[in-house]
Amino acid sequence: MKTVEMPKMGDTMEEGRILRWIKQEGDPVNKGESLAEVETDKVNIEIESFASGVLRKILVPEGASAPIGAGIALIGAPDEPLPDSLSGNGSVKASATKEMEKGTTASEGSEQTLREAKGDYRAKQTSVQSPTDAGSQGRIFISPIARRIAEEQELDYSRVEGTGPNGRIIKLDIEAALAQKQETLAPSTPARLPILEATEATEIPLTAMRRTIAKRLSQSMQTAPHFYVTSVIDTGKLADLRRQINEYAQKESDPVKVSFNDLIVKAVAIALVRMPQVNVSFAEDRLILKKQVHIGMAVALEQGLIVPVIRNADQRRVLAIARESQRLAELARAGKLRPEDFSGGTFTVSNLGMFDVDSFTAVINPPESAILAVGSITPTPVVVDGQVVVRDRMKVTLSSDHRAIDGATAARFLQEVKRLLEEPFGLLL
Amino acid sequence: MRTITYRDALREAIREEMQRDERIFILGEDIAGYGGTYAVSKGLFEEFGEKRVRDTPLAEEVITGAAIGAALGGLRPILELMTINFSLLASDLLVNSAAKFHYMFGGQPQIPLVVRMPGGGGAQRGAQHSQMLESWYAHIPGLKVVMPATPYDAKGMLKSAVRDPNPVLFIEHELLYNVKGEVPDEGIEYTVPLNRGEVKREGQHVTIITFSRMLHVTLQAAEELAKEGIQAEVIDLRSIRPIDIDLILDSVKKTNRVVIAEEGWKYYGTGQGLAALIYEFAFDYMDAPIQHVNSADVPMPYSKVLERAALPKKSDVVNAVKAIVPKALVHS
Repeated sequence: MKTVEMPKMGDTMEEGRILRWIKQEGDPVNKGESLAEVETDKVNIEIESFASGVLRKILVPEGASAPIGAGIALIGAPDEPLPDSLSGNGSVKASATKEMEKGTTASEGSEQTLREAKGDYRAKQTSVQSPTDAGSQGRIFISPIARRIAEEQELDYSRVEGTGPNGRIIKLDIEAALAQKQETLAPSTPARLPILEATEATEIPLTAMRRTIAKRLSQSMQTAPHFYVTSVIDTGKLADLRRQINEYAQKESDPVKVSFNDLIVKAVAIALVRMPQVNVSFAEDRLILKKQVHIGMAVALEQGLIVPVIRNADQRRVLAIARESQRLAELARAGKLRPEDFSGGTFTVSNLGMFDVDSFTAVINPPESAILAVGSITPTPVVVDGQVVVRDRMKVTLSSDHRAIDGATAARFLQEVKRLLEEPFGLLL
Repeated sequence: MRTITYRDALREAIREEMQRDERIFILGEDIAGYGGTYAVSKGLFEEFGEKRVRDTPLAEEVITGAAIGAALGGLRPILELMTINFSLLASDLLVNSAAKFHYMFGGQPQIPLVVRMPGGGGAQRGAQHSQMLESWYAHIPGLKVVMPATPYDAKGMLKSAVRDPNPVLFIEHELLYNVKGEVPDEGIEYTVPLNRGEVKREGQHVTIITFSRMLHVTLQAAEELAKEGIQAEVIDLRSIRPIDIDLILDSVKKTNRVVIAEEGWKYYGTGQGLAALIYEFAFDYMDAPIQHVNSADVPMPYSKVLERAALPKKSDVVNAVKAIVPKALVHS
């Protein structure tokens, strides 16, 4: 039984998707005949069989993807028994590899002996532990000194391309990456700041939270091209609705007070369900559309900032959102949030309305692709039917990652949010 | 400075030491009238007479025992064994007597014994007479094991070995006796310590650690690599035990890459022991796995063609270096 592996058809290819099987299970196959059509990151291509026999088993169905080197089908004699473990891709791959190794030992015994005599296991290791092997995907090969330098210089080496054997990241690669980073950062390198006398300034060592904020938001600003769309929202009806809700909610067995922010969270959640292309992450070679809507809400703390997450905000009713946001805000201030309370967000709302700001722009919270910055509600003279009257207005600014979201999409999303907040009954329906 | 052979350098060391100290005598098979199997002791019988240049029977266990006894009794014997392969017959005395007595008897006895013997292959001596067995002895606390590769080091280290109060195994190589090199004029006194390696060629891209005959193969490989821009640092261990680990670590921290080139077999040998030390103490400085150049893992074939195939060659060293020195590094 021979295993057909997902071939590597390009330098950047990591996996391929089976578009269609040209041969079906039971079909006879000749060497060189097309077996299946595969979609890679760049092209669609037909893969040819390297063996003759019968296509005994398809391991990866149409529409599914497999990493390079993973078994996608088995070719053998019509009566040859299939391997015992056909439960999952990995196990098939493992047993197929073992079988192939056994074959090597028997048929190429002399070469094996010579290799052992020379004490050279390189070839063997490569076939079993190649970094693209299904089992070891995600592991980064890096030499000890390269890792040490990267850690000392706080360089994220997960994106550095290794040029050593096995794709190993070597010292040279790290030095090149550092040189590049240095070039980018040169103008603002902290080391170039004038050193102040102790009497002129106080040095405060960074807390872990401050370090995280610095790292993540620098990363966001440096990698995600931000653009901003601002909208002015009439909050008259929203204020009325909020008053009515709160009158009702006071009499609940578990009384709760709904804030403007809770209503904004609800509006954003509904808008994200309607426009999933905003509920997205940019992942270098693909966009990841999130099926769930988890809204982060930025909470200011004395020592910094944290963004607890209201999970499935689209499915929660307004009172449930209000209860959850109060619970999370209290935990945040008490420093008792668990990691799951502030991870996994798909969109963030940052509200500085209580500080009397007209409007502001926020930095996207990666891996999210957009954030809504909410300003104060301000009585504003506006023209209605030719008359100057005073209405409550609120400015909101959406920051979007242009790699994932285009201007028109951002504008339409903001329109949707505006409509939901200006005709707020939709929030309850 | 003159240029003399490794063989002549050894003879000068023995003669000068025998002239200096009357307690020193040499013994071994065919070393007196015949002048030694490799002609190292030629002329010494005529100069020093049968009391200090003694032919022995072909019985390694007996003559090694005799030499240990003489050392215990206050003499300073230099024992020549025809090859290291025959030392296996005497290994109980070397390992269980020579290496142990000073430790077992309260530090009272000293065994200032030198055992000279060639190892290695390349002269079609067959499987039983072509072995590198230094790692067997280097495993034993209580023994010193040295393997100089040049005439200068051979003379200087043999003198240090003779003056050392401990048993020293002084391992030569059949193909080194005719190697020529610069040595200070006769009568100019110098010694080379028994615990120091030496950088025989400086470089920054890779450290090649070697010893004995393979030093010369390695220096040729380094010359060839230099033509392609790869600057190899060549360390001659000189002493297998004790090992000059500081010298090695300093170099590894500079180059981040190591090739160990030795004539012995790979498994459980000198090179593997050394590699373990490097990984233990310089792990954070390594940029590539250590490469080993060894003889093939077979008893040495007699056939000239097969023997040549089994022994490590210049091209093996060159290829091992190229496997771990990135091209981009050389061209930058």
